[in-house]
Amino acid sequence: MSYFSDIYKGIKTLLTGMSVTGKYFVTSRKGAITQQYPDNRDTLQMFERFRGEVIMPHTDDNEHRCTGCQKCEIACPNGTIEIIWDRGIDEATGKKKKKIDQFVYHLSMCTMCGLCIDVCPHDAIKWGQNFENSVYDRSTLTRVLNKPGSTLMQGVED
Amino acid sequence: MPLRITENIHNWLFSVMPEGVASLVEMTLIAVVYLTIFAVAGLFLVLLERRVAAWFQLRIGPNRVGPQGLLQTMADAIKLLTKELTGTEKADKFLYNLAPYFVIISALMALAVIPFSAEFHAFDINIGIFFLIAISSIGVIGILLGGWSSNNKYALIGAMRSGVQTISYELSVGLSLLTMVVITGSLQLSEIIEVQKSGWLILQGHIPAAIAFMVFMISGTAETNRAPFDMVEAESELGAGFHTEYSGMKFAYFFLAEFINMFIISAIAATVFFGGWLSPFGITESIPELGVFWFLLKTMALVFLMMWFRWTFPRLRVDQLLTLEWKYLLPINLVNLVLMALLVWLNLTLRL
Amino acid sequence: METEVLYSNFKSEEYFINMGPQHPATHGVLRLLLTIDGEIIKKVEPDLGYIHRSIEKMCERDSYQQIVHLTDRMDYLSANINNEAVCLAVENALQLEIPERVKVIRTIIGELTRIASHCLWWGVMGMDVGALTTYFYGFRDREMINDIMEETCGARLTMNYNVPGGLMLDIHPNFVNRVKEFVAHFKTKLPEYDRLLTGNVIFQKRTVGVGVLSREDAISFGASGPVGRASGYSCDVRKHHPYSAYDRVTFEEALRTEGDTYARYLVRIQEMWESLSIVEQLIDNIPEGEHRVATNAVIKLPKGEYYQKVETARGELGVYIISTGTKNPYRLKFRSPGFSNLSLLNHIAVGGKIGDLVATMATLDLVIPDIDR
Ligand code: SF4
Ligand code: SF4
Repeated sequence: MSYFSDIYKGIKTLLTGMSVTGKYFVTSRKGAITQQYPDNRDTLQMFERFRGEVIMPHTDDNEHRCTGCQKCEIACPNGTIEIIWDRGIDEATGKKKKKIDQFVYHLSMCTMCGLCIDVCPHDAIKWGQNFENSVYDRSTLTRVLNKPGSTLMQGVED
Repeated sequence: MPLRITENIHNWLFSVMPEGVASLVEMTLIAVVYLTIFAVAGLFLVLLERRVAAWFQLRIGPNRVGPQGLLQTMADAIKLLTKELTGTEKADKFLYNLAPYFVIISALMALAVIPFSAEFHAFDINIGIFFLIAISSIGVIGILLGGWSSNNKYALIGAMRSGVQTISYELSVGLSLLTMVVITGSLQLSEIIEVQKSGWLILQGHIPAAIAFMVFMISGTAETNRAPFDMVEAESELGAGFHTEYSGMKFAYFFLAEFINMFIISAIAATVFFGGWLSPFGITESIPELGVFWFLLKTMALVFLMMWFRWTFPRLRVDQLLTLEWKYLLPINLVNLVLMALLVWLNLTLRL
Repeated sequence: METEVLYSNFKSEEYFINMGPQHPATHGVLRLLLTIDGEIIKKVEPDLGYIHRSIEKMCERDSYQQIVHLTDRMDYLSANINNEAVCLAVENALQLEIPERVKVIRTIIGELTRIASHCLWWGVMGMDVGALTTYFYGFRDREMINDIMEETCGARLTMNYNVPGGLMLDIHPNFVNRVKEFVAHFKTKLPEYDRLLTGNVIFQKRTVGVGVLSREDAISFGASGPVGRASGYSCDVRKHHPYSAYDRVTFEEALRTEGDTYARYLVRIQEMWESLSIVEQLIDNIPEGEHRVATNAVIKLPKGEYYQKVETARGELGVYIISTGTKNPYRLKFRSPGFSNLSLLNHIAVGGKIGDLVATMATLDLVIPDIDR
């Protein structure tokens, strides 16, 4: 007798499974869980904390907040950040002072761990939301984050 | 007024050419028509499978090439055509190259006896069902050859599984159809459909017919090596199974043949159980042109059922596959056959 | 259904087959050397090292803050729990007082990670036994957790959200609502998992009685997590050595005694329910307060040895630190759950079919980078 009840139970469980997929088949037109990337580029909104790449925001006057303290360079676990610094003359005091020449960022090495941004005392670097980073030549992934001719914003160090 | 196109072409050909040449040309024409059907149906079914799978899985499916992604499989076929044909060094080259043709030709031959409508029926032999069963088991030779000759252990395991599977499930396919033949009293497909003018066989034979239908669908799915019986490919176990070493168009042949076989199994079921090209309750009896439509509708419904199976169920293990056949389907089938014979003998079949 | 060979007139020959390093069932670059006789498995030899990255050696070079982000790359499906393990070890060594808020948030995020990991496992489990659709349903629910993670931590997989001393950032304002939304959503979906796969007769035939691991073997092989618990070995670190906020939530340790593939499956399903209940208990009363206590910029652990274990989605992860008082560990050793769980594969897979091996391996839930490190 268990032979037949086995068959009955088996068929019942199979039909239960089919009802689950069947339900989704009928309602799928509304509830597709996939996104039509890159068609939805215009509407695609990343979360504000999304870690895409490290960027250095500049003001309209081409000023940034990086003092060249190199804390981020030390915090970085894999040598992604290289700060090439220089000594300039502080106009106000006339003393020699450290400033960045180039803030070199090797995107190809970055693990998006966030330690550099966490450690920066002046909030000079931030997360950018761009994630479309594929390139044909990997050397283009090495970027200089400070724009040419940019200067340190006044009052950051105080 | 039935369609007379085929007859007109036939008469015209024989009027302009000597008889021998004319029949040769005619055969070629028919072959070309069927090849076209084969290609179109294969490509369409692949597309359908992908769309249906996508909907089951809450995805959208192919929607890039052509309107609504309709040309996607066409593009894939062209891509496969241009791909390099690779193979293993130590393969048995002759058998390796032969295998895909076995598979695809047996599928094509089976297609020839399928009655699309009263008119559209290339090859109406009196042993139609028998022929179909016989042909559908030839395909497995191709799979065995492919698995054996490609000199790959995964392929070999896949091929051996396929042999085991087909030999077992053939019985059930045959017996379940035989059950229905008891009612019809004929193996000829056109006659089987004629009988159903007084009610589809699944209604005429009610309980035993329903059981036979279920058995047929299960074993038919197994015959076509589709999930949940896709032991042969079982991608999580064997990579790609018997066609691991095939690439390009040779792979595409296997792939197309699988889909055509699915179509054939569904078509047989539609013919034998659901009245083939007959409309339900004869609502469009006066327009025989609609026969093709009804036939395809029923077939597609059954194809959909098979897809539904595939995208819901886990795969059986190889020994469970055999348990299912020998311990469940076959005994049930035999009892069912006797039941059906009794039914016919006692005149308990339902007729409209 | 077991088949038994009573006698055989056929001569059979054993042969080798390579499963992996590129094989769909190994979920990564694991290579299994199978000795099989027909379809029956005689021996399974795992061959490791294809994704070895010397994480432990790299840890000896890195500062303690930097070590945390390497652990993301071990068992990437329980990244947050791995992070937590290192942070707890460092915090305990420094005897830092961690704010309550941090503990609760860590627990919630840890449990969400566990659910996400189990969702993925469930989908892949279905796929391994041939039901492809489960994969997408599992991912649908995992995606919601990923969104929560992305909003709060900034990344979906390698979050690096914990730092020694607390959390890198406070939770996002939407966090609580989103988690509640997810809990409500997932409560309707979990029964569906059962309807689709658990009850399915084919699935049961594939799993019940397959790959049986006894309690003694589980202990002697060092099995932990769901694998050990399915064999009746009560080994939940959250219960036995509570860390973070696990001492203040009530939950049941999912225990079964059968030890087969189906039991391991059921344990994980039950764990998802338990995790949901833990999240529910905590989400409404996250204490106010700091999300981080300040540590020195350069963390130097006092000289000594420190061990911390946590329960990841796969089992017991241990972090063993030897410090000589410098800013880097002298030696850091991870006791990863996947490694011990893999070691018992040969023991339980022998005698089964290839299909059984795949099903068994799916319920061991191996993550290869966790095994190789
Ligand atoms: S980015 Fe920040 S941490 Fe790095 S050098 Fe500039 S100020 Fe210092
Ligand atoms: S995110 Fe991490 S890896 Fe990337 S630059 Fe910052 S510290 Fe270095």
